[in-house]
Amino acid sequence: MSDSFLELKDLKKSFTPGEYVLQGINLKIEQGEFVTLLGSSGCGKTTTLRIIAGLEQPDSGSVWLEGKDVTNLEPNERDVNTVFQNYALFPHMNVADNIGYGLKIRKVSKADIRKKVKEMLELVQLEGYEKRKPAELSGGQKQRVAIARALANNPRVLLLDEPLGALDLQLRRAMQLELKRLQKKLGITFIYITHDQEEAINMSDRIVVMNQGRFEQIGTPDEIYNHPKTSYVATFVGNANILKGELVGMDGTVAIRSENIILDENCKQGYSAVVKEKNFAAGQLRVLLVLSDGTEITASRFGMNANIQPGQQINWYFDLKNAVIVDNAKGERL
Amino acid sequence: MRGKISRSKSSAKHTHATIGMILPLYIFTLIFVACPLLYMVALSFATPGEVHGVQWIFTLDNYRKILEPVYLNTFVQSFQLAITSTLFITLIGYPFGYFMAKLPAGGKKKAMLLLMLPFWVNSLIRLYGWIIILQKKGLLNFVLKKLDLIQKPLKIMYSYPAIVIGMIYVLLPFMILSVYSSAEKLDWSLVEAARDLGASKAKAFWTVSFRLTLPGLLSGVILTFIPSMGLFFIADILGGNKVVLVGSLIQDQMTRGNNWPFAAALAVIMMILTTLMILLYRKVTNAKEVEGLG
Repeated sequence: MSDSFLELKDLKKSFTPGEYVLQGINLKIEQGEFVTLLGSSGCGKTTTLRIIAGLEQPDSGSVWLEGKDVTNLEPNERDVNTVFQNYALFPHMNVADNIGYGLKIRKVSKADIRKKVKEMLELVQLEGYEKRKPAELSGGQKQRVAIARALANNPRVLLLDEPLGALDLQLRRAMQLELKRLQKKLGITFIYITHDQEEAINMSDRIVVMNQGRFEQIGTPDEIYNHPKTSYVATFVGNANILKGELVGMDGTVAIRSENIILDENCKQGYSAVVKEKNFAAGQLRVLLVLSDGTEITASRFGMNANIQPGQQINWYFDLKNAVIVDNAKGERL
Repeated sequence: MRGKISRSKSSAKHTHATIGMILPLYIFTLIFVACPLLYMVALSFATPGEVHGVQWIFTLDNYRKILEPVYLNTFVQSFQLAITSTLFITLIGYPFGYFMAKLPAGGKKKAMLLLMLPFWVNSLIRLYGWIIILQKKGLLNFVLKKLDLIQKPLKIMYSYPAIVIGMIYVLLPFMILSVYSSAEKLDWSLVEAARDLGASKAKAFWTVSFRLTLPGLLSGVILTFIPSMGLFFIADILGGNKVVLVGSLIQDQMTRGNNWPFAAALAVIMMILTTLMILLYRKVTNAKEVEGLG
């Protein structure tokens, strides 16, 4: 039984014996939520999505949608649609036929299909592109058609597998906003996959950080960014420095983001370190420090500072409120 | 200026070199392909000699003769056999090539090797192998009898089915390879997208996989249909002259009939028919390419 809108129960999956891509994951998602699975490639996020879509069968565990066990249903029997990473538009059909494909399969009348296609093209701002072939579209346009095609079926859940991965940075930012707008307008549950932490933070209601087939942490963007529970989350999402607590008089492992490490060239307060490297990029000075126990940490700040040179002694400190203790419960994860 | 001059010189050299390389090819094709073809066309309008040889008097009689029921029937029979063979080859070859493309890399290599293996043996020898299998006291009848499936030996040898079996055997690899090469290029995520959008397995196959492998299937049909009209030795060896194909007719008129002009006329008609088929295929596949199938 499940009283959530969508629930994953103890999903396990392996492709080669003994190597688990998913090591038993549990997740509850509410209706209308925008949930992002965040992780580096090979962490199991795409497999999770494919299991929800029905394109992959879990070895054990179950998927529940609106109180019903859908684990053994075929992909075409689920009210779930996918926007594929490579768009997967049908090359032999024009834009209108691509978008109307699902409706045609369901034997919706031609007039209704035409109406829906028009509505969808308006939604993704591609009016007048009905007769174009996928080969005649740009990457961003293909992306919009792929989204329109998936949404034309009125799915209960929309799955998006790194939908913006192939687009350039500027277009990606514009599409992020547009997707978020669409999701709010339609009120459909979005499950979104990305390896880009900025994208996850910008769009999601909740972020699930995945690592090696497990969930590291589930939480709002604020929780994930400001209160990481594990060193993996702290480094992956916040590019934080991880160091042993005893170095700074704390217990356990401590995560401090580079912008929160303050440098003192006069060596008056804080802890001593040696400057290993420095570089300047995107208006930020990044200084790599080597601590007394050999740990390397990065400090960053806006603006140049000509006085810091590799090899010199330097002191550093931080505000206690910016230090987060991670990996507290050893070995126990979500 | 200097650079320009030297560049134009070198480009002139380049074109000379290119012509020099291509020229032998042109001459070769001219002598060994174009000239004999023209000779054949000319021959088809000449008058056959009294006993043998050719009299160079213009006539349309050779073409008129083709319309005689005996010869027209040969064309009809050839077409029927080609259609039957191609139909069976498609039914066996399409699924074979399609599923071969779905095999893992190692499996593909093995399947390809098995498919190519027979090509290392002369096809006439392989056809004689079929006689051993199909004849009255052959392997097939032996096995069927041992299995108690038949009482009397089947008479397959020197019959229409034997010719069809021979055609399928010789031409099947061409269909398989043709379908395989186009199924190999198929993006399987398109099939997943179709399933995801609500299509059953059969519907997804029909609307996506089949449509996108159609060019391979069509080129396979061309590659099997055209040869199956002309492979007279199959009909001769396995059919025992029960079915006369256009190919055998041409061969017969050249050798025993000593009527070269008539043979030439038959050959010209065959060439026109096959050219028409290739043009038709080109038109269909070009249309597909425009649709993004290419």
